[in-house]
Amino acid sequence: MIKSIGKRVVQTLIVLFCVSLMIFILLRIVPGDAVTTMMGEHANAETIARLTAEMNLDKPIYVQFITYIKDICTGDFGTSYTLNKPVTELLAVAFPNTVKLALLAALIAWVIGIICGIVAAVKKDGILDRLFMGFSLLGVSVPVFMVAMVLQYFIAYKMHWVDISGVKKWTGFILPAVALGWNSAGSIARLTRSTLVEVLQEDYIDTAKAKGLGRGAVILFHGLRNAMLPVITMMALQISSLLSGAVITETIFSINGIGRLAVDAITSRDIPLLQGTVLFTTVIVIVGNLIADCLYTVLDPRIRKGA
Amino acid sequence: MKKKKEIVEELLAQTGENGSGQALESQLGESDTFKDKMKRMASSNKLAVFSGILILLFILLAALAPVLTPYTSEEMDLLARLSPPSAKHLLGTDELGRDVLTRLLYGARVSLAVGIVPTVASMLIGVFLGMISGYVGGIVDSVIMRLADVVLSFPSLLLAMVIMYTLGDGISSIFIALAITNWAGVARVVRSETLSLRETEYVEAARSMGVKDFTIILRHVLPNCIPSLIVLFTLDVPSAILSESSLSFLGIGVQLPNSSWGLMVNLGRTYLYNAPWLSLAPSAAIMLVVLAFNFLGDGLRDVLDPHLKDS
Repeated sequence: MIKSIGKRVVQTLIVLFCVSLMIFILLRIVPGDAVTTMMGEHANAETIARLTAEMNLDKPIYVQFITYIKDICTGDFGTSYTLNKPVTELLAVAFPNTVKLALLAALIAWVIGIICGIVAAVKKDGILDRLFMGFSLLGVSVPVFMVAMVLQYFIAYKMHWVDISGVKKWTGFILPAVALGWNSAGSIARLTRSTLVEVLQEDYIDTAKAKGLGRGAVILFHGLRNAMLPVITMMALQISSLLSGAVITETIFSINGIGRLAVDAITSRDIPLLQGTVLFTTVIVIVGNLIADCLYTVLDPRIRKGA
Repeated sequence: MKKKKEIVEELLAQTGENGSGQALESQLGESDTFKDKMKRMASSNKLAVFSGILILLFILLAALAPVLTPYTSEEMDLLARLSPPSAKHLLGTDELGRDVLTRLLYGARVSLAVGIVPTVASMLIGVFLGMISGYVGGIVDSVIMRLADVVLSFPSLLLAMVIMYTLGDGISSIFIALAITNWAGVARVVRSETLSLRETEYVEAARSMGVKDFTIILRHVLPNCIPSLIVLFTLDVPSAILSESSLSFLGIGVQLPNSSWGLMVNLGRTYLYNAPWLSLAPSAAIMLVVLAFNFLGDGLRDVLDPHLKDS
C-alpha cells in the first residue's frame, strides 16, 4: 500500500512541475512584449522598464524559470501591480471564502445527489426514478450562470429571502452554493443510481435478503457501501469543476473569492495575480485528487492488497 | 460491411440447413450494422430522436436567420427599448431596442460553431495522440499520457481563461483554447480502445502478414473506435458550448460586434431586474441545445457503446 501511495505521490510531483511549467510558458509567450500587453500601449518607458526588471523579464529565460520555481516553493507569488499587494496576501483573504462556498455547494450537491440516486435506483423505472433522473439531466445541462441568475431574480429580488449579492452573513452563501452545487448534484445522482442498480443485482444482495436482513439495511450496508467507490472518485473529481464553477458564481454574487480574483486579474491584465490564482487553484485540485486516491487505496481492500 | 441478413443467408447456404435462420441471427446479434443500431435507437429511445431533430432545427434556424426574421441583428428601435415580449417582438427587445429573437438566431451561429469546430479539432488531436500512445506504448505512451494528466488537472475554465489571455480576444482564440482543454479526455478513451484492439486476433494476423503499422491503425484500429468517437462527439459539443458561454459570460470570450448566447447573457445581466428576458432567453437556448445533445449522446451511447458508460 505504501509503495502504491509513494508512486502516486511521485507522479503528482511530476504533474505539479509540468503544470507550473505550462503556466510559465503560457503567460510569457503573449504576442509582443508581456509588460506592454499588461500595461497597455500608452504606458511610459520608465514604468515598463521598472516592471520588466521587477518581473525578471530582462534576464535569460532559464534564470526566469528558476527564480519562478524558487518563489513558488517559498510561497511567494509576486506582487499584484493593480492592487499593489503581495499575491499571497490576496489569496489568503480570498481562499477562505472560496472554500466556504465550495464546501457548502459540495455538501448540498452530495447529500441531495446521493439521496436522489438511492431512491431512483430502488424505485427503478418508477415515477420517482424518472422524475429524479429528469431533474439530474437538467442539472447537468443548465449553465451555472443561469441557475445563479434565476435564483438571484426569484429568491433574492422577488421574495427578499436573502441578500442579492455579497456575503455579510453566512446565509449569503446559500444561494451561490445551490447555484454552484446544482450541476454536481445531477451527475452524482446519475452515477449513484447506475452503480447501485448494478450492485443490487449481485448475488450477495440476495444472500443478505435470504438471511432475513431488513430492506433498508440491505440497501445501505450491502448495496450502497459497494456502490460508493466510483461515487467517491467522482466527488474528488468534482472539486475541480466546483472551483471552475466558483469563478462564475463568485462573479455573479460578488463574493471576494479566488475565482473572482482570477477574472479581475484577466480583465486588468495583471500577470502576477493571474499566475498566482491559477497556480494555487490547480495545486489545490491536484492535491485534492491525490488525497482522494490515497483514501481510495485505504478504503478498498481489493486495491489495498493489490489484487 | 455485410448486412446481418446476408451473412445469415450465406451461412445457411454453406451449411445446407433449411429454416428461417433465427437462431443464427440471434447469435449474430453482436454484429449489428450501424444502420441496425440507429433503427434500434429510433424505436426504443424517442427522446434521443426528438433531440436529434431539435438539434437539426437549431442549425437550420441559425442558417436561415436572415430569411426567418424581418429585423437585422443590429437594427435599433429606440422607441421600443427594453420592451417585454409581444407579438411584434416575440422575445422582447434589448437596451438599444434590438429584437432579442433575431439576435438569438444570429448568436446561434457563433454558439453552435463554437460547440462543433473546437470539438472536431480536439477529436482529431485526441485520436491522433491516443492511437499513437496506445499502439506504440513505452516512453511515447508515458509522455503523451502525462501530458494528458497535466491538461486534465487544470480546472478547465481557468486553463481556457489563461489561453485566452495568451492568444487575445477573438473567436479563433476560443476555438484553440477549447481544443487544447478538451483533447486529453478523447486521447484517454482512444488509447484504452487501441490497447484492447491491439491484442485482437485480426490485428495480430495483419501484423504477422507484414502489414505496416500505419495501415493497421488506419484500417483496423480507427474504424473500430468510430462508435465511441461518435458518442464522445455528441457529449463533448455541449460541454464546449457551455465553456464558450461561460467565457463570454465573464467577458473574456466572444467580443462585440460579434454575438453569442453567452455574450447576450452577460450583456443582459445588467438589466436582470427590469428586463429579465434579455438574459433568460439566451440562457434557455443554451440549456435546450445542451440538453438535446446530452439526450442524443445518451441514446447513442446505449446502442453504440454501452461500456463507455463507466469511463
